[in-house]
Formats: sequence, C-alpha cells, structure tokens
Amino acid sequence: MSELTELTISAAREGLKAKSFSAVELTQAYVTAVERARILNAYVKETPELALEMAKTSDKRLATGDAGPLEGIPLGIKDLFATKGVHTQACSHILDGFKPTYNATVTQNLFDDGAVMLGKLNMDEFAMGSSNETSYYGNVINPWRRKDSNVALVPGGSSGGSASAVAAHICAGATGTDTGGSIRQPAAFTGTVGIKPTYGRVSRWGIVAFASSLDQAGPIARDVRDSAILLKSMASPDPKDTTCVDQPVPDYEAAMTGDIRGLRVGIPKEYRVDGMPGDIDALWHQGADMLKARGAEVVEVSLPHTKYALPAYYIVAPAEASSNLARYDGVRYGLRVPSDDITEMYERTRAAGFGPEVIRRVLIGTYVLSAGYYDAYYVKAQKIRTLIKRDFEEAWSRVDVMLTPATPSAAFAPGEITDPVRMYLNDVFTVTVNMAGLPGIAVPAGLSDEGLPLALQLIGRPFDEETLFRTAQVIEEDSGYSAHPEVWW
Amino acid sequence: MSVDQTTVRRIAQLARIKVKDEDLPALEGELNVILDWIEMLNEVDIDGVEPMTAVVETSMKKRKDEISDGAMPDSIMANAPASDDHFFVVPKVVE
Repeated sequence: MSELTELTISAAREGLKAKSFSAVELTQAYVTAVERARILNAYVKETPELALEMAKTSDKRLATGDAGPLEGIPLGIKDLFATKGVHTQACSHILDGFKPTYNATVTQNLFDDGAVMLGKLNMDEFAMGSSNETSYYGNVINPWRRKDSNVALVPGGSSGGSASAVAAHICAGATGTDTGGSIRQPAAFTGTVGIKPTYGRVSRWGIVAFASSLDQAGPIARDVRDSAILLKSMASPDPKDTTCVDQPVPDYEAAMTGDIRGLRVGIPKEYRVDGMPGDIDALWHQGADMLKARGAEVVEVSLPHTKYALPAYYIVAPAEASSNLARYDGVRYGLRVPSDDITEMYERTRAAGFGPEVIRRVLIGTYVLSAGYYDAYYVKAQKIRTLIKRDFEEAWSRVDVMLTPATPSAAFAPGEITDPVRMYLNDVFTVTVNMAGLPGIAVPAGLSDEGLPLALQLIGRPFDEETLFRTAQVIEEDSGYSAHPEVWW
Repeated sequence: MSVDQTTVRRIAQLARIKVKDEDLPALEGELNVILDWIEMLNEVDIDGVEPMTAVVETSMKKRKDEISDGAMPDSIMANAPASDDHFFVVPKVVE
C-alpha cells in the first residue's frame, strides 16, 4: 500500500487542493492497490482506464479552479448502481452482460461532483444476504482476521464488497445500499462507518430494486467525516423517484460540532437480547458513558415491538422482491435460456439465473402474496410495521437519538452459518430502522475479545442525519478507535 | 401455516421458476422453517391498526403530464438477448 491510499477523503481533498499530488497520481495508487488485493474479491469489475481518464479530467478542473466537492476522489461503486456502459448486474447471473445506457442518479451525482470510479463492487446477489456468500461472483473476504488466526472471515452483507474495499484501502469510499442492514452490518464487520439515510433522502432511480419500500442508498467510508462528505454528494431531490423528498441536502460536515450537551440519548431496553456476547454488551455501556461524559443525558426507552420487526421484514421484503424480480424474464435484458415455449423459456431462464437464496425469497414472496394469503401475511406485516413506527414516534417525545449495538456478533467465517433464519438474525438490530424508514449509522467503537471490529449504531429521527453525524463523531473520537487490518494480501 | 411439496410446486409455477423434483423436499423444509418463524407475529394484537402505506408522511409528488424524454429505441434495445428491427424477439405465442 502506498501512502496516498492511506489518506481519508477529507485529507485527499486537501492534498489535491494544495497540489501536493495530482488526481492521476492518487488514482494510480488505488489502481495498483486494487490489483494487489484481488484475493479479497471485493471488485467484480475493475475500470482502471476509465478511472485514469476521469482523474485526468479532474486534474484539469483542479487546475482551473472549478473543482467539485469530490474532485479526483477514487470511489468504488456497488454493483447494484447503474453505471453507463459498465457492468451492472446486482452480482446475479440473470443480469448476465447487462450494461446500462444511463447512470443511476446517485452515480451521476457523484460523477458530477468530480468523483473517479475505480470499478464495481461485489455484493450479495440482489442485495439478499448478510455475509456476501450469495454473489454469483463468489465470496468477498474480510481484510480483518481474528487474533493469531489465518481463517478467512466474511465482510458481512449485502454491501460486503464495499465494506471490504473501504477497510482494505482499495477505494477512498464506496456506495452501498441498505434494505435491512446491508450498509450498517458490513460496516460493523470491517471497522468502517456506514450510514443508511432516512427513506426518501437519496434517490433510488437507477438502483436495481430489491424491496422498494425499504431500500435506501448510503455511503461506506473510513470515518464519520468521510461518510458525511459522501452522503452530501449522493443525496439530492430527484423528479425521477417519487419517493425521494424535495428537501435541500444539509451541509453534514457543518453539523459535526462535537457539542452534544443536553442531547437526550435513548437506550432501547428491548435490544438487550438473550445471549448477547459480553464484549458487545460492554461496548454498548461504554458508548453510553462516553456520551454522558460529553454532557448528553442517557435514558432508557421502550420499543415494545422490536422482536417482531425481523419476522415482519421477512414477509414485506420477499413480497416486494418477488414483485420487483418478475421483470427478469429473459426478454429485455440479461440471461436467456432458450426454449420453443415462452413459459418454459421464462421458467428455465429464472431457474438458471437466480441463486438459491434469491429463489427462496421469491418463493416466500410469491406465497405470501398469493390468493387467500395476502391478508394473513402481507397486510398483517404492514400493520406490525405501523406499530414499530409508532413505538419510535412515542420514544422521540423523550429522546433525540438512540444508541444500540450494530450487530449481535463480530464477523464470522464463510460457511459458519447455513440455517437461513440464523443468518437473518444478523440484522436483528438494524432492520427496525428500515421498517420505520429512519436513518441509522454504524460507527466502529472497539475490538472484540478476538480482535475484530465491533460497532455501535445510532438511530435518528426522520431526516435528522445531522444529529447522527454529530453524535457518531463523538463516539469515534472518544472511543479512540483507530485499528486497521494488518495487510496480509 | 406450512407448505407441502404440491404447494411449493404451485408457488414455483406462479413465480415462473423451474424447480426440479429432487429439489422439492429441501425447498419445502427451508420454506417451512421460515414460515414457522414468521408465525411469531400471531402474538401481536393488530386489531384496529392501519397497515402502513408509506414510511415518510408526504404528499405524492406530481409532475406535468407532458413528454420530457424518449425517442431512444436503440438505447432501450441495447441489452436485449434477441431483437429484430427494434422488436424484442420471443418464442411464438400464437399459432
């Protein structure tokens, strides 16, 4: 790894402005680092020529003084985001060969602000997974390993390629998406910062849809400031997405004042689950103490329907997925398995194109939406969603932000969890946030007994990402977290 | 509620996914584990609760009903597995 790849986005931004190095030099350092780290399998498509071309353009803009906020910053883009003329396949075989003729709004926003694309990042197929083991392109490896161990670990999922790449310094920052925890859980497993913004803050246009009422894009970055910089560029109003709000995007960096005096922090008692590892419980207490020491007031709150969020999610998300994924029929794009009969063609194409986890979820979704079961499953789950949202609304009268663990464990090994429901439980602390449409941020705050990163989660009021960034930065500073994985690749 | 193999086959047909006979028992098992777990929701009193329709209270954005984009058949057809003169080609569906 060269020195340039060690720089955070905010440091690289200063260096480029001061002409300490050029955008081409910075990009070349990353291109080399990406090549050396192929064993992590974080990228499914490297675009070095495109990256260097974009960097040249950035250098011209830096020279003339019309540089954008992300001018010359090399990023990785999750394979779920449409990138014009470049591999966009949601890491599924069914989108074989798909190259969009347009950019997603998020990708376009980043490019408009001067960002350089290093390539497309690996992920769980259609963002369905918590370990990046369902990708058609193979598992992603976490740069972190347990103390005195060579055993490979998962980076979490579904934004596993994004998290692994940011932690390994083979991109300065990355885009992710979060439907039930897919930004925050991999961020937690890799010692990076991940924020899922409020539903509607970031445009979903041009992002391959999984569960439309839950999906939201956000960044994965090395520190809280970098995540604030990236979200500022990713978010925008968008006439192409009717659920994207017409509210101006605040200056998130300006919100990071370090002053949390008088902030009311809620500790939801239902998050104290049975069998929580001692190191995670201890970290949670330390987090509360840190905030208290900075003048925040910590109070216990109750979110009584917490335990129903995950089973309700596994009705809503598969139902919406089965509907969204109906478009993959071998006619307009992607894979086609030929047959003389059109129904046979659909059935063979979809059987060959979807992996086992996607098939499982499409079948569950089809079942819960089928005649006679809609009320018993889907409508019931949406009613429970109302109750989950109501729990939060009542709590917001007493607190400004909530503090919870991000995940119920540190990173585990590939193949360690084979039971689907056990795998789903990875999202137990993150999924409520999607069900209620709230913003949530995972910030690394310590190491597990085995030397792996552990994170805390902050949950905010709708569109109050500013409080999340402000509070997360306090945790980042006061936990003194500065661990990096040792370079073994 | 649980599913048997006949139901799994029917769901797969509805979802237009070909499932091999030998894969049915495993799928039946996996789906039932998930469905059993979801049964937990029966504990919740949902009387008089409205189902959620939107997480963020907002009025639907509206736009003028006018054409703002289009005339890009090449772009639309660019990724088609089989096409002919701006038509998607599929197996014959009418005799």
